[in-house]
Amino acid sequence: MPQTNNKSQGLPPSSVEVKRLVTDTDRVSQLSELEKRLLNDYQRGFPLSPTPYAEIARELGASESEVLACLHALQERGMVGRVGPVFAPGRAGASTLAAIAVPAERLPSVARLINGYDEVNHNYEREHEFNLWFVVTAGSRGRVGEVLDEIRAATGLQLLDLPMEAHYHIDLGFPLWC
Amino acid sequence: MVLDATGRALIALIQDGLPLAPRPYAAIAMALGIGEREVIARLAELLDQRLIKRLGVVVRHRELGYRANAMVVWDVPDDSVDEIGRRLGEFDCVTLCYRRPRRLPLWPYNLFCMIHGKDRERVQARLDEIIRAAGLEGIPYQVLFSKRRFKQRGARYVDGGAGVQAQRKTANG
Repeated sequence: MPQTNNKSQGLPPSSVEVKRLVTDTDRVSQLSELEKRLLNDYQRGFPLSPTPYAEIARELGASESEVLACLHALQERGMVGRVGPVFAPGRAGASTLAAIAVPAERLPSVARLINGYDEVNHNYEREHEFNLWFVVTAGSRGRVGEVLDEIRAATGLQLLDLPMEAHYHIDLGFPLWC
Repeated sequence: MVLDATGRALIALIQDGLPLAPRPYAAIAMALGIGEREVIARLAELLDQRLIKRLGVVVRHRELGYRANAMVVWDVPDDSVDEIGRRLGEFDCVTLCYRRPRRLPLWPYNLFCMIHGKDRERVQARLDEIIRAAGLEGIPYQVLFSKRRFKQRGARYVDGGAGVQAQRKTANG
């Protein structure tokens, strides 16, 4: 199992997660060959056979248990969010990108309030007057609207509701050479 | 897209990830009370219908050392937004490219893309390259680098679904 050499890597994602920017050097170059291949080559095309990890193991010249242990460790270290589906935006359920302009001193508490919603899956501080950006996803547009209304009412802040109208990117995953 | 009850239950179970176990589809099948082959067939169908755009390892950029994450927003004339969006979406390191509504007078930008890189300088250099290569000189834009991440996980498309991963974590205490 790969060594965890940075304190911040071991933290699992959680709804109250608050992390500073990681500031170390090139992590990709420190990965093992198996880790790199799993991260780069299997972002799509996960086998639809009864034993997908064994199939990947065969392709990579490893054992099924090595592949499972490696993925588990990458997930523990936070480098893998999940092994699973990425849904097409706008095809399943409803979602929107929202932004609010929060005074600096209120940012932690407003971020916590927003994180408290199970419907919120992304929440980032960004460099702009609209400094808090979050994605709300739910089974229906009605529920998305309710969450936005509640956040507006609870914060008293102006909120931009920016639902996707068209997408232009064919998502093939993220190449590790960027 | 209309899903039946089993389809919705399947999505609720897998939206946080497949089990990291030798027979992941069998585990899901057992939870749903259907067969392993039906789970596989349904996933193939969801992929075919492009409701699932990809199935596999979902990486977390920041933990991999891609700590500069720029949302670049553009104010593109309405009649060329589709064409420019498609051009932007083709660049390797652009990970998302969406059209969204303007909210005037507060927000004039209608095209959004995401560029990830190891540091700000590299992201800025890549953006300059993209502007040149895609002929976007003169189009107003802003770069919103991320500062703090308060939350990031997969989206939940079915209300109230915790997923097999979460259930297992809870079960393991």
